[in-house]
Amino acid sequence: MTAESQAPAPGQAGPSHGRRIFLLWIVLALAADLLIWFVLGPHLPPGKMSTTAVENQTAIKLMAVMSAPVLVLVLVYFGYALVVWRQREGDDADGPPIHGDTRIQTIWIVGTTVVVLALAVYGTVALWTSHGAGAGEGPAPIWNPPGATATAAEQQTPWAPGKVLQVQVIAQQWKFTYRYPQFGGFETTALILPESQWIQFNVTSIDVIHSFWAYQLGVKADANPGVNNIAYTKAAQLGNVTVRCAELCGLWHGAMFDYGRVVTLAQFQAWTAATSTQLTSITQQLPAYDTTYDPTQIQQLSKVLVALGVTGAGGGYYPGADPAQP
Amino acid sequence: MAIETEPGTIQHPGGGGPAGAGGARPWWMRLGFHTAVIGAVLGYLFGHWLGNYYAVPGPGSPAAYQQIGFADANDFAIVLGYLFMVIGWLAGLGVFNDLGRQMVGRPLHDVEHEDSRGLARYFRYTLDHKVVGIQYLVGMIIYFCTAGLFAMAIRTELLSPVHHVFSSSVYIEIVGEHGTMMMMLMTSVILGPFGNYLIPLMIGAKRVAFPRLEALSFWLTPVAFLILLSAILLGGFHMGWTGYPVLSVQDTEGADAYAFAFGLMGISMILAGFNILITVICYRAPGMRWSRLPMFVWGILGTAVMMTLAAPILVGGMYMLLTDRTVQTAFFTSRLGGSTYLYQDLFWFFGHPEVYILALPGFGIVCELLPVFCRKPLFGYKVAAAGIIGVTLLSFFVWQHHLFDSGINPDMRPLFMLTTELISIPTGFIFLVAMGTLWKAKIRFTVPMLFCLAFFFNFLIGGITGVFVSDVPADTTEHGSFFVMAHFHYTIMGGLIFAFMGGCYYWLPKMLGIKLDQRLGKVHFWLMFLGFNSTFLPLFAVGLAGQPRRVFEYARNLQTLNDWVSISSFFLGASILIFVINFVWSTVVVRERETGNPWESRGLEWQVPSPPPAHNFEHVPVVLSGPYEYGVPGSPPVADLNPPVGVLTAAFSGTETARAEA
Amino acid sequence: MSLPVRVGTLLVAFLAVVGGAIFVVIQFFLAGPPVVDYTAGVTPGQTVSVTLQEDAQNTVTNKPDWVSYFIQDPVTHAWVHTTLFKVPAGATIDVTILGYDGCTPLRNPFWGKVTGTIGNVEYVNGKATSVLNSWAQCSVAHTFSIPGIDLNVPVASPTTLAANNNLCGTSPCTSGPHTTVTFSFKAPTTPGDYFWQCRIPCGLGYLDGFGGPMQTIGYMTGQMEVVS
Repeated sequence: MTAESQAPAPGQAGPSHGRRIFLLWIVLALAADLLIWFVLGPHLPPGKMSTTAVENQTAIKLMAVMSAPVLVLVLVYFGYALVVWRQREGDDADGPPIHGDTRIQTIWIVGTTVVVLALAVYGTVALWTSHGAGAGEGPAPIWNPPGATATAAEQQTPWAPGKVLQVQVIAQQWKFTYRYPQFGGFETTALILPESQWIQFNVTSIDVIHSFWAYQLGVKADANPGVNNIAYTKAAQLGNVTVRCAELCGLWHGAMFDYGRVVTLAQFQAWTAATSTQLTSITQQLPAYDTTYDPTQIQQLSKVLVALGVTGAGGGYYPGADPAQP
Repeated sequence: MAIETEPGTIQHPGGGGPAGAGGARPWWMRLGFHTAVIGAVLGYLFGHWLGNYYAVPGPGSPAAYQQIGFADANDFAIVLGYLFMVIGWLAGLGVFNDLGRQMVGRPLHDVEHEDSRGLARYFRYTLDHKVVGIQYLVGMIIYFCTAGLFAMAIRTELLSPVHHVFSSSVYIEIVGEHGTMMMMLMTSVILGPFGNYLIPLMIGAKRVAFPRLEALSFWLTPVAFLILLSAILLGGFHMGWTGYPVLSVQDTEGADAYAFAFGLMGISMILAGFNILITVICYRAPGMRWSRLPMFVWGILGTAVMMTLAAPILVGGMYMLLTDRTVQTAFFTSRLGGSTYLYQDLFWFFGHPEVYILALPGFGIVCELLPVFCRKPLFGYKVAAAGIIGVTLLSFFVWQHHLFDSGINPDMRPLFMLTTELISIPTGFIFLVAMGTLWKAKIRFTVPMLFCLAFFFNFLIGGITGVFVSDVPADTTEHGSFFVMAHFHYTIMGGLIFAFMGGCYYWLPKMLGIKLDQRLGKVHFWLMFLGFNSTFLPLFAVGLAGQPRRVFEYARNLQTLNDWVSISSFFLGASILIFVINFVWSTVVVRERETGNPWESRGLEWQVPSPPPAHNFEHVPVVLSGPYEYGVPGSPPVADLNPPVGVLTAAFSGTETARAEA
Repeated sequence: MSLPVRVGTLLVAFLAVVGGAIFVVIQFFLAGPPVVDYTAGVTPGQTVSVTLQEDAQNTVTNKPDWVSYFIQDPVTHAWVHTTLFKVPAGATIDVTILGYDGCTPLRNPFWGKVTGTIGNVEYVNGKATSVLNSWAQCSVAHTFSIPGIDLNVPVASPTTLAANNNLCGTSPCTSGPHTTVTFSFKAPTTPGDYFWQCRIPCGLGYLDGFGGPMQTIGYMTGQMEVVS
């Protein structure tokens, strides 16, 4: 990090402010960094429950470690200056006419540039190695674990341990539902995930913009209508997952949360087998699995007797263009 | 057609002449606030009737939108009502009168014949930039306090995660009102009062380039404020200050008020910025080179560039939102070919320069104040200017960092992560400059200096946490949570508003010629600084612990932190109340005169009396040296206020450098 | 102006601002539909009966085309235009909903399945039903859903075209084609506010059908307050 290490002007008998500040800084910055790395680090949010959560946590830890010395430098300097260089009683004179110092300016500019570029490089590498760091990558992700697929047809091939588990998150006002295309496409309000398996979240919405935030998994992907937003993670520990909606989606956005669970492989397979049979009747009524849905497209609409001549699914907002007209 | 070669009356550039003055009539017979209100009411009634005639289904109705019959809500009438309300408001003020006069070739009102005394001119459409500055000051304080009251309501609701003071609908209305009022109106909180008032004084000009545009930019703010407040009467808007579709298209009538007010304020921003830009470029006194320009002017100049270039996008986006809501366009409806991403990109293309519009004036003020209270030149003047220019340019290249998780093209994210990290370099220059200026200084702990120092403390935390959110992996947890919210409150409130307060204490003696109570000022400062940090520092932890923004229910184990924050925010609100009391009491009741240069500043604005005379300077001054030459032995005074005859002519003929140095 | 005049003007202005703020808070922020109290006189372990109806239009507000729920007051048996009601914690709640509105397809047909009730069934005109298909037949008017306890009950609609063309036009409805839906569920033991909503997009005139009455408390969404 940049350091203020100016030697006193020649011939000036006085305290070396630069050296004092430097010493104060180096001691405090080192202490802060050690504290952050070893004491605070393992407990930083969002925890270690998944690969992406670990990546989130490492990123936060790294940035805390890099920014602590900067914070300490500025605070120590300001604190020192305000104590040592305050205007004394009765002294109305001006200070020394220092307009600048090319050396200090260059050190600062170069130093900050190096730090900032290093962080940018780190962030890019982290995104690549963690397959997106849990952030939604849109419908055509570029950092994928092996076996990930973005097409609806391939997402429906049955799952076996070792393959990427496809979980579709359907966000609607005001509840998340989850569809498992590899198990017949059943839909449920319970998010049950196996540990140590790559999971691909296909996040979409059927009305307004929501955001799927699985806190302990370190996953956040906005749910846009008509768009499939893909995020990856691999759970590393068993436990509960808090899912909250992280994008204002209407009246009950604040109450749009639920809880998921990461379970063992055996428990997960038992659950999918039981649930898919239990929900067969409703699964048959659902539209075919797809990466996005248009709820105004209703195949059997001719069978629905609608008195008003317009369906509510589109709201009657675009009268001529709303496609679902019986 | 006969061309007058010997005109009988003197022609002034831009029109002018004795026909403009109308000082003989009493205030209620002249155009002003009261006629503006009448015009607004009449305009609204007409617009609303027009919207109903045009769009409500019925025989003879030209358009007849079906969904109005279904929803029992005519957004078209509301929007047209607001439109004609604004036209009526401006007509009632007399904004169009000069336009009309110019079109028929009659002489106009001009700057030289403005009223220079009396309280009534503050309620009129006036061409004196100093009056506009005071109008802005009072307006901004009112807007800030109103939005602050909404914030108090938010924190009251968040005292308990399960017991609710307001219904969820009212709560999200309050959140939206607070956010929108602050974000749309605080863009001009420093540029409006201090920029408009002080820039001509600081550059040695007697006026601004476009006084009518400047006054218009002010008079759009009260009507935008009232339109935004009127959303409450219409049931409120429920999509927060960002107004994302589909929610904003789906919302009830209050959303029209939001979009219209925000777009209107965008127009005000364009006009204000444009005026400042041209004034600074073209109206600098001889000798006022770019390298002598006060740092405050640099800061406002950067702000003005961003306002002029970014605000049009906002106006466009809000316009599209309004057409989606009224005439069934489908810009933001994906199943009909539009895209929600279109809005997000348009909004944030404006939205990111917007937050730098909120940061840069603060930079300008603190760089202006530091040399005065350190009694030293500004360290690294060129670095500071480069920082401001760098931030201004780079601010247009970072907007997608608001959209990291929204499903944008993943290739974009490393790019925008890089540009966002890069913008922290020029932002950091301000700290280098501050630290260098403090080196071996003679620091005077006056009230403005206290706010200045607090700015650096707050912006340090705000800036560093900005680096946290610019990193995509970390942003996965932080986006949409209270972490981001704490970050931007640190930069915007901790930066801009603290600088605004510092500017108030520093410049009000100049602008109003009265002293503000310094002891009350120190009480205000300490309560505000401690209250502010106590309110927003824990919110970083709250955000990282998983509490999203804009929610009325949160995890029970976060209640202690939220309660601490809420109680602290009440103290913060109390400190603002103390400021208002100090301001109003000192200005209206006590009125202790301040005529000299209490801060012993070298600034050009301090070389004229307080308050300044009608045309700022008797003669256009010749600037002889920079404003920060404290402690420089033998430095000339900052300007010659009575230049000898002939100097100006010589200055304009290009030998200015030699003459000015003489 | 002299000093007393100035001070007086300031005081008046200050009081006006404070008064205005208090007025706005009381009139616009704290006002809301009434809460129907189903806890009065209920002993622990007693079953509570809650009765609601949903209407295609309403004649009691300035939004006549907005669909709306009404709740019946247990004491006066009058229909109150509200969606807020209070029940005791842990009690068994027997709910009766009179469905006076016509059918509309769900945006997500998954919500045609009954969940969260005792037995996971609802009784449509007396007949036990666990799934209603709103996409293949005219069968569902609205839903009564409490997401916080995973309760979802599709409220059946009249199924014939004739009935759907002759829906009750006043409110609260006392006659006209309707269905009677009954179900029971257990109120949560933890006190708190549990929001409930309708999942049929019946906010006609609003994009996706989910605006207007769907997001206005007192019409198609509300809160169940569970008190101990």
